[in-house]
Amino acid sequence: MSGVVGIVVFPGSNCEMDCVESVSHLGGEGRLLWHGDEDLGGVDAVIVPGGFAHGDYLRPGAIARFSPVMTAVTRFAAAGGPVVGICNGFQILTEAGLLPGALQKNRGLKFLCQPSMIRVETSDSSLTSRASTGDELSIPINHFEGNYTCDDETLARLNDEDRVVLRYVDNPNGSVDDIAGVCNEGRNVVGLMPHPERACNDLLGSSDGSVLLGSLLDLVA
Amino acid sequence: MKFTVLVDVRLRSGIADPAGATIERALPALGYEGVSGVSVGKTIRFTIEAADEQQAISHSEDLCDSFLTNPVIEDAEVTVVPGVDDL
Repeated sequence: MSGVVGIVVFPGSNCEMDCVESVSHLGGEGRLLWHGDEDLGGVDAVIVPGGFAHGDYLRPGAIARFSPVMTAVTRFAAAGGPVVGICNGFQILTEAGLLPGALQKNRGLKFLCQPSMIRVETSDSSLTSRASTGDELSIPINHFEGNYTCDDETLARLNDEDRVVLRYVDNPNGSVDDIAGVCNEGRNVVGLMPHPERACNDLLGSSDGSVLLGSLLDLVA
Repeated sequence: MKFTVLVDVRLRSGIADPAGATIERALPALGYEGVSGVSVGKTIRFTIEAADEQQAISHSEDLCDSFLTNPVIEDAEVTVVPGVDDL
């Protein structure tokens, strides 16, 4: 039996069906969860997808973190359940306090929508177990506020604890220390700005994202 | 009692401010010399019911910490005045 990945839909999410499609392409089952749900319906993993949850009003993720489903996601994460936030989902997880740091407007103030080379910095996370440290993946980015920032102390801690999961090969947005993705202390919660769900089929220009989402599916198979 | 609250949200010092930097770079081209330290934030205004000014301040500060600002990147200055004012 294949694992079930719950994909959280907020008003304004727009990448949920890409996530469902890529999860099913990789042999899992993607199940949509509504932001107003108070439980996760027994799913084995959670993806918080990209988009503009609640219109990104105030700040990306600022309102989404108060949606009822986020209480359930927080509980699931605390129990060790794998949770991945992609793009707006990453912003939501930082606002919810599940991941450190924040995502600022891109350096240069441009919305960036382009293929991007991403280097895997650790294979010890719920999203990178199929990869090796140093692997370079072509995965698109699509964001205006993807400039990862945190204080020096947090950055030192992320580096010391090997919690920078992904880095940009050519930093496109000004992120501190080229960070494209980080994980929590338990390594089960990962946030990243690139969109692996858009790179799971050669027809889309790259299937490198399968390494990442396939790693997640390995945990729930 | 009603109080009017103005929240001035700014980026914390040391946090890059690409919008402020872009405005500052554009000013000389528009003929404005000698302007520096440009930073871009936001203001949020609302009225709040509270028993007294102290409570209005503490509720507004709680609201700022938990929702209106992201303390990782932003600071806020809260101004509270009695009544419904045009701050």
